[in-house]
Amino acid sequence: MMSFRMSAATLSLLALAACAKETQKAEEPADASYQDQLQTALLDAKPGDVIEIPEGRFSFDRSLSLTVNGVTIKGAGMDKTVLSFKGQVAGAEGLLVTANDFTVEDLAIEDTKGDGIKVNEGENIVFRRVRVEWTGGPKTENGAYGLYPVQTKNVLIEESHVIGAADAGIYVGQSQNVVVRNNKAERNVAGIEIENTFDADVYDNVATENTGGILVFNMPNLKQPGARTRVFKNKVYDNNTKNFGLPGTAVSNIPAGSGVVINSNDYVEIFDNDITGNKTANVIIASVFSSGLSQEGMTGDFDPYPEAIYVHDNRMSDGGKNPDGLDFQALKVAMFGPLGALPDVIVDGYVDPAKLVDGAVPEELRICVQNGEAEVLDVDGPNDNAKPRLATAEHDCALAPLAPVVLANGLGE
Amino acid sequence: MKTLFRHTAKISLALAALLLAACSEETGPVFQAEGFPEHLSDWRVLSTHDGVLELNKGVVPYDLATPLFSDYALKLRTVYLPKGEPAIYNAEDAFDFPVGTIITKTFFFPQTSAEWDGNVSYGEERTVHDGVMPLQGVRLIETRVLARREDGWIALPYVWNEDQTDAVLKRAGEVVPMTLHRPDGRAEAFPYLVPNANQCAGCHATNNTTRAIHPIGPKARNLNKPSTFAAGMNQLDEWRLLGILAGDFTNAAAAPKNAVWGDETASVDARARAYLDANCSHCHSDVGPADTSGLDLRPSVALGPKLGFCKTPIAAGSGSGGRRFDIVPGEPDESITLFRIETTAPGAMMPELGRAVSHEEGVELIRQWIDEMTGSCA
Repeated sequence: MMSFRMSAATLSLLALAACAKETQKAEEPADASYQDQLQTALLDAKPGDVIEIPEGRFSFDRSLSLTVNGVTIKGAGMDKTVLSFKGQVAGAEGLLVTANDFTVEDLAIEDTKGDGIKVNEGENIVFRRVRVEWTGGPKTENGAYGLYPVQTKNVLIEESHVIGAADAGIYVGQSQNVVVRNNKAERNVAGIEIENTFDADVYDNVATENTGGILVFNMPNLKQPGARTRVFKNKVYDNNTKNFGLPGTAVSNIPAGSGVVINSNDYVEIFDNDITGNKTANVIIASVFSSGLSQEGMTGDFDPYPEAIYVHDNRMSDGGKNPDGLDFQALKVAMFGPLGALPDVIVDGYVDPAKLVDGAVPEELRICVQNGEAEVLDVDGPNDNAKPRLATAEHDCALAPLAPVVLANGLGE
Repeated sequence: MKTLFRHTAKISLALAALLLAACSEETGPVFQAEGFPEHLSDWRVLSTHDGVLELNKGVVPYDLATPLFSDYALKLRTVYLPKGEPAIYNAEDAFDFPVGTIITKTFFFPQTSAEWDGNVSYGEERTVHDGVMPLQGVRLIETRVLARREDGWIALPYVWNEDQTDAVLKRAGEVVPMTLHRPDGRAEAFPYLVPNANQCAGCHATNNTTRAIHPIGPKARNLNKPSTFAAGMNQLDEWRLLGILAGDFTNAAAAPKNAVWGDETASVDARARAYLDANCSHCHSDVGPADTSGLDLRPSVALGPKLGFCKTPIAAGSGSGGRRFDIVPGEPDESITLFRIETTAPGAMMPELGRAVSHEEGVELIRQWIDEMTGSCA
């Protein structure tokens, strides 16, 4: 550890010296010699270690990996310490972590061939002030996920910045007890995605210029479904970037111009957000049937219906003016005229026939929208969109608010 | 003072080496119970001299019915167990090896020039006679060591030196630039990856919750084949007769058996499932690192969504290749599974590590397997 820190400091001095000689315009060349040193430090790390990466640009041609519990990786700032994977030839991510009690902060990961930072199984995981960026802007060949904890528990992602992911900028999968706050996600296919996750609070984030701003999804064939996500106090605006996800990926069916999208998830509360200028719809609530999945390819225990969704007290405007796709365009013109707009909230109309009581969804499982002037459009998915209708009154109901997520072990305090 | 200390250290190292050398001539391999031995020779499992690779006393070579593909590298696998302590048979998982076990896998390539310049080609696996394998025309790249210590298995990658006299520990891994010359004359440059020690665990920690490292190859179904190294004998029987395998096992006939992937007398299904088992199932199981995908490619899983049948990907990213389902029956070129094993893009390919060129013959097998399936993804 000690010797690593010393040489890191030396490197930093070298990097600074090099920097001083550069003209302002030229990008400082990335230092490739640091790769083995950092990977060895990760191999030798002991619980409790803080691995400090100095200011500078460092280049890597293969993935880094950490398997030791209780390690913090810390840079000098997310615009100062840059790990560039532009020349990556091996590995499906920039940094792969399979460990508990992991913190990464104050650094940037650029241009990985696959995901930025993936944490596969772990408890007490913190991403703080981390930038993950694909520097060529939105491109299909960019990596899938920026910050990617999966099968994790007790997770905090804050003050980070993710740009250009070909799937989701911040993607929390199959996890439990999660806070995502004060981040900025832009020019990704999905800005922030919570998938098959229990108990997530997503607040004070900015999601803009993505294809879809904030997504709360459940996917079939996984070990756990997800439920109980609160999306609040976020700014979700102008998510109108053309969908650059590859067909086959879960997000590739998201229409450009989607603000907040719920798919097949249950107990989701969306409130106190500013959701504006998303040209297909500010809020979309759908089942897996609307996302191109095969019935053959689903295990029988999957619940595809979005239930107990509560949209209230958001500030929504300028949505639905230029929806993505011919179907939506035609629908808009037919129902609201060429100069009209789709309503703020769109639902696909699928309900679980097995749960109906006297032909109606039980009160506690309804999709409820109480959001001032916001209207609800039901596109009548089950009947191949035969009779789309305004359904604002049907969804004028309230649900019990969800409990806040409380992170354990002092995370985020 | 400093100088004196250095000399002392050198002398004691030299002494230690002498002692070890003296020792091993009688005892065979030297189990390294702790630390990260700097050289492969420290283990005294195998050595090179006079154009051959020689196994030390008690070191048993073995091979697998259907092995993992690693950029057409040829592989020499060996196992060494402490005398009188056999591995315990398990019908499903890797055998339970005793503390003191050393497993090695040496990766080497047929080189196309007399001098090593990174140009390699396809080649036949080499056999071992009386513990000796000729090295004519091949280049040793790396030897990976799996050793069973008191507190569990450790995985260490060693890279062979320029002179091919020893291999040096490279815990941070390495990239070796090579060019593959295929039989039809096509040549492609590729970065051969020596994994870092964590990446060893990336495959060998087959349970992503416990994260304990285990051998993957030495399972009954992989070893259950005619021995390459003891003529006329099944390899499991050979292990039993050598005294390195014991437990609830009497003969190979009753043990599970994977097909040889290239054996055209076996069914396409059996060969394809053996191939997916060897190349994928250490991660794609119900507890492996790829259980996040919902795809389980162990031989015991029936054809259905879990095996990828009409299954949409979860987090494939560019790995979807623009295709909708893992397996579309009858349509290999619409199947993500085929795309991912075919592509060499680091963010999309499968396996994620350990392959930089396409295994065209393996891809062809999976293509045929999917092509012969019936049904549709409604």
